Amino acid sequence: MRVVVSGAARPQRSMRFRGRSYMAFVLTPEPPIADWLSELDDWIRSSTGYFVGRPVVLDLSSVTLSGQGIAHLVSELSARDVRVMGLEAADAAALAPGLPPVLKGGRPVSNVEAIAPTREKPQSATAQAAEKSHEPPSLMLDSPVRSGQSIFFPHGDVTVLGSISSGAEVMAGGSIHVYGALRGRALAGTGGNSRARIFCNRIEAELLAIDGYYRTADDVDASLRGKRVQAWLDGDQLMIAALD
Amino acid sequence: MAKVVVVTSGKGGVGKTTSTAALGAALAQTGQSVVVVDFDVGLRNLDLVMGAERRVVYDLINVVQGTIKLSQALIRDKRVETLHLLPASQTRDKDALTEDGVARVIAELREKFDWVLCDSPAGIERGATLAMRHADAAIIVTNPEVSSVRDSDRIIGLLDSKTEKAEKGERIDKHLLIARYDAGRAARGEMLNIEDVLEILSIPLIGIIPESQDVLRASNLGSPVTISSAQSAAARAYQTAARRLCGEEIEMTIPNDKKGLFNRLFGRRAA
Repeated sequence: MRVVVSGAARPQRSMRFRGRSYMAFVLTPEPPIADWLSELDDWIRSSTGYFVGRPVVLDLSSVTLSGQGIAHLVSELSARDVRVMGLEAADAAALAPGLPPVLKGGRPVSNVEAIAPTREKPQSATAQAAEKSHEPPSLMLDSPVRSGQSIFFPHGDVTVLGSISSGAEVMAGGSIHVYGALRGRALAGTGGNSRARIFCNRIEAELLAIDGYYRTADDVDASLRGKRVQAWLDGDQLMIAALD
Repeated sequence: MAKVVVVTSGKGGVGKTTSTAALGAALAQTGQSVVVVDFDVGLRNLDLVMGAERRVVYDLINVVQGTIKLSQALIRDKRVETLHLLPASQTRDKDALTEDGVARVIAELREKFDWVLCDSPAGIERGATLAMRHADAAIIVTNPEVSSVRDSDRIIGLLDSKTEKAEKGERIDKHLLIARYDAGRAARGEMLNIEDVLEILSIPLIGIIPESQDVLRASNLGSPVTISSAQSAAARAYQTAARRLCGEEIEMTIPNDKKGLFNRLFGRRAA
């Protein structure tokens, strides 16, 4: 098939379409839908902003829904800020126009469950912060983050008064402030916030990341080691500089 | 009021068992009643270090499962009469420990003794978490090297989240015991120095045990170093650590076998 571009004088050119694969979260609604939605509500409440900016695919293999039912479910989800970019296991013919396209051939990847309930101590901190919604979205940790501990706070900034040990990680939707030594991993701006920064009193980090751009210890200028630094994102470059 | 102390480290081979025996003996020598409990089910060693391997009839698993009475499994030390051992089973594994059973045994030991010292197995799995579960305090044994320090850090995280006290929102007392310290090697930079270890782990120091032939010999003789060579530097270090555990404030020194250097100060006090 040729694409006819208006204007007879223009030479005909072919258009290039590129294929690219992306990672998407798959939600699998289970009957009864009303219960499933309220379960989802609980989950969203305990981790505000989790779905912001994340591509979501709806897997309809566990439910039998009419075209109308699917349209209703998609609008229910978009009311919760979950934007569905595709449907799986749906009958394309039954879909009303305006619904996301049917996708096929998805391959599962390892469980990307980011807010598993098995996390140690920090989970409760996240939950508490979410409960008191009138408090500003920040998390303050007054004890050191020990090796093996993982702290995930998608709502905002994390302040650590002690150190982050080697083998520990802190992930924040906003910036990360460390008043001790940063020896583990710090991942700021995880929800797609490129303006997030990382500050620490002493950098010996294993890995720094902002909005997915990262640097490992090997890529950090040796002269900065042990210094007070900040890290920020300049375009797609992770910059690190001494504070004084 | 009995105090339950877990001796733990994460990493294996750093000196948990040796330290449990030496501290247990040092505490018992002050006249307090002490029991040392081997939680390393399947790889028991504490009986050997205590020199009681030929007197083991029943063990911790038997008591946990309720098939015998606690008093039948306890072995009284022949040298220090207030010192007792509750050995582990060598033929079973850690799955034989049940949560309820361990809770019941610890509660019963609390009534009988002033000190209950639990020798934790290495690792962070079932045996180690059950050994720390009911502790009031923990002694974290660390060697001045990076892998040991990182594993200790991991264990401290678990102590703050998986113990009964932590789950009630209380904080477990944590003490750092640095074992196998070699002042010469530390000075040459072949070992982490004490300041670095304290900076990384940020918990109070209870003692520094020098690397010593006396300790090795004591383990092989089946007699804790605080009994077999009570005047050695290592034994003195364990004795002062035991006194700090009882709440005494003693200035921190690195014991040395040469006389006169004993008072080499460290400039940092045990908190």
